[in-house]
Amino acid sequence: MTIFDKFQQLAEARKEMEQCCNHFFNIVMQKIVSGTEAIVDGRPMILAGSNNYLGLSFDADCIEAACDAARKEGTGTTGSRMANGTFSGHVALERELAEFFICQEAIVFSTGYVANLAMLSTLMGAGEIILLDADCHASIYDGCRMGGAEIHRFRHNDVQNLEKRLRRLEKRNANVLIVVEGLYSMLGDRAPLADIVSVKEKYGAYLLVDEAHSLGVLGANGRGLAEETGVASSVDFVVGTFSKSLGAIGGFCVSNHPELNLVRYASRPYVFTASSSPSVIASTRKALEIMQTRPDLQQRLWDNADRLYKKLQELDFATGPELSPIIAVQLEDKDEAFALWSGLIEQGVYVNLVFPPATPDGSYLLRSSVSAGHTPEQMDRICQAFTVVKETTTSAKPV
Amino acid sequence: MKGNEYDDIFQELKQTIGSFVPPEQDIHENTDLVADLDLDSLKVMKILELVEDRFDISIPLNIMPDVRTVKDFVLQIQELNGDE
Repeated sequence: MTIFDKFQQLAEARKEMEQCCNHFFNIVMQKIVSGTEAIVDGRPMILAGSNNYLGLSFDADCIEAACDAARKEGTGTTGSRMANGTFSGHVALERELAEFFICQEAIVFSTGYVANLAMLSTLMGAGEIILLDADCHASIYDGCRMGGAEIHRFRHNDVQNLEKRLRRLEKRNANVLIVVEGLYSMLGDRAPLADIVSVKEKYGAYLLVDEAHSLGVLGANGRGLAEETGVASSVDFVVGTFSKSLGAIGGFCVSNHPELNLVRYASRPYVFTASSSPSVIASTRKALEIMQTRPDLQQRLWDNADRLYKKLQELDFATGPELSPIIAVQLEDKDEAFALWSGLIEQGVYVNLVFPPATPDGSYLLRSSVSAGHTPEQMDRICQAFTVVKETTTSAKPV
Repeated sequence: MKGNEYDDIFQELKQTIGSFVPPEQDIHENTDLVADLDLDSLKVMKILELVEDRFDISIPLNIMPDVRTVKDFVLQIQELNGDE
């Protein structure tokens, strides 16, 4: 028996997948042409599976800001925020995020994953309770597990189920934190936030909303679902990431609780990680500025989303429950999922292929995500590719 | 709410788990949920939801690493049922 024996099941699953979908393990972006196009396996590929919602990863001003910061401050901070890794840019970005969200406090973390790990493992401890939506991201589960709180999950977007649990837990008189996402990453559906806020207030719980996929996507100012729903002042903590709409990498938490600032001193994922490099901070600050001055980007994003969502419905694909820039096709059959995904690659379109257990309800997902950066011609090609693979895959199926 | 007798809970749980495994699969107290029944994490979560509904309890995820066998699960339900 070796330490690697436990990976045998994974090895067998991978071997099986290689036989029917060898491409899957060999996707390398050999050359990045733009925020929406790359060369894969020597061929041009439209990227319809990134989270580059506003197309800012190739924005000239963001790139210039990053280059300038690297020249002036170096390629990395080589230290923790708690030691030598807090540069003036980190502090400025925290101030700008607080202003953007109209909150008192903000903390910047090195990644979105770390933001959830840091917040959830630190905010809630022994004797306290976290109620999380079943479809929450792995970083939320991991953050909860890392802390000492009791963890309960409620059924996805089921406020009655959430309330039932709050009612059961009420007599314990413990602090309760509800955790949901603004836009769920797999099916692109929103949390029923107004109803969640209502039960949160009824039972005196706290609420943390992860706006990773909704920053820049929802709300008149791009602040996310809380803004769109008009309940921002009732949300205790907003967590988010710079690796989607802001085209970089990093995470944050904002709050009107002044005590948020104390989390820095108690959070191991904050203290024991190197801080974001100056170039990342600089491009993120520029992207945040652009997001606030370019509402047309959000409009283009939604126009593109609307176009693909309608096309997939017209083609009779089982799409997610509502329109959003995350447009998923749900499939029961693994082979069909592989065939469609491979067909799209052949057509020069990359989307994400996601397997259980990372998917809701054990289905297979072709997860597309559109960008404001997709041109009308690229959207044509994406829609055309889905049309072709639908026809060929359906006709190839045994009757 | 169901009663809190060990045998009653065991029968309920056996029935719930039974809908996730082949009909010929025997389920005993010492049946290992993963090694014997090959239940993946998604199925375990579904079973958890059904058990919560049947017994009107909330099961903390924290206890799951300690639940290896059907008996372990029954004892945890019994304890939570008593608490709630």
